[in-house]
Amino acid sequence: MSQWPFVIAAYALAGGATLTLTLVSLVQMRKAERAAEGLKRR
Amino acid sequence: MHIFANPARFLQIARPLTGWCGWIGAVLVVAGLGGGLVLTPPDYLQGETVRILYLHVPSAWLGMAGWGGIAVASLMELVWRHPLAGIAARAVALPGAVFTAICLATGSIWGRPTWGTWWEWDGRLTSMLVLLFVYIAYIALAGAEADRGGQGRIAAIFGIVGVVNLPIIHFSVLWWRTLHQGESIGVTGSTIAGSILWPLPVALLGFTALFAAIVLMRMRAMLARQKVEARLRRMGADA
Repeated sequence: MSQWPFVIAAYALAGGATLTLTLVSLVQMRKAERAAEGLKRR
Repeated sequence: MHIFANPARFLQIARPLTGWCGWIGAVLVVAGLGGGLVLTPPDYLQGETVRILYLHVPSAWLGMAGWGGIAVASLMELVWRHPLAGIAARAVALPGAVFTAICLATGSIWGRPTWGTWWEWDGRLTSMLVLLFVYIAYIALAGAEADRGGQGRIAAIFGIVGVVNLPIIHFSVLWWRTLHQGESIGVTGSTIAGSILWPLPVALLGFTALFAAIVLMRMRAMLARQKVEARLRRMGADA
């Protein structure tokens, strides 16, 4: 039994989850800070 | 620590620190995982699956360290009423839960070819699963408390009580006869060969820096949302 499919699955899962978490946090931060800045200017 | 409790001062430091932590983390993670995938030799016993170690150990560390952070922040929130402490605890919860889930998933994927099973109810695996449930309960509790306009005290108490699980996870391999192996890396040294070990500290540092960047981004988002809510309330009162 080749072990590589298990290794690739683990890397894809961990990489995907970490990347998604990072990007979602970045987008949410930008959106919230832009909203706060926009309200300050009004 | 009290110096950073002021949100304005915190933001002054957090804004540049977010980018630094994010980029340093990304570079180290790519270097550690790339090295672990391509440059290290397969283990004589585990074969290629030893490469999962570079994901599994950092995610286990972050799952546990994350809850340690929640407990410290919760204590600060209860004792000193620091405005940022509750925000910090809530910001850590989701990434902590995600890395705990990654730890369980990568461990399971490693277990199938190595142990011949996806899951075993042994001390280490079960206590780590309990940690994931505790994270989920904390997120739900903190969310419900915020919806009701609470001050986060119930979530803070839960954050402190939940820390009981950390020594259970750590010592589980010593207290019970488990399928999970004992400590491979201790204060005095490591039983892992140097040629296999070297990407681990690189990946560990990288994931930790990335985790810090994620927490900082979430804290900044929460602070900005609070600012918007406060301003809208003021505008509503003025109208």
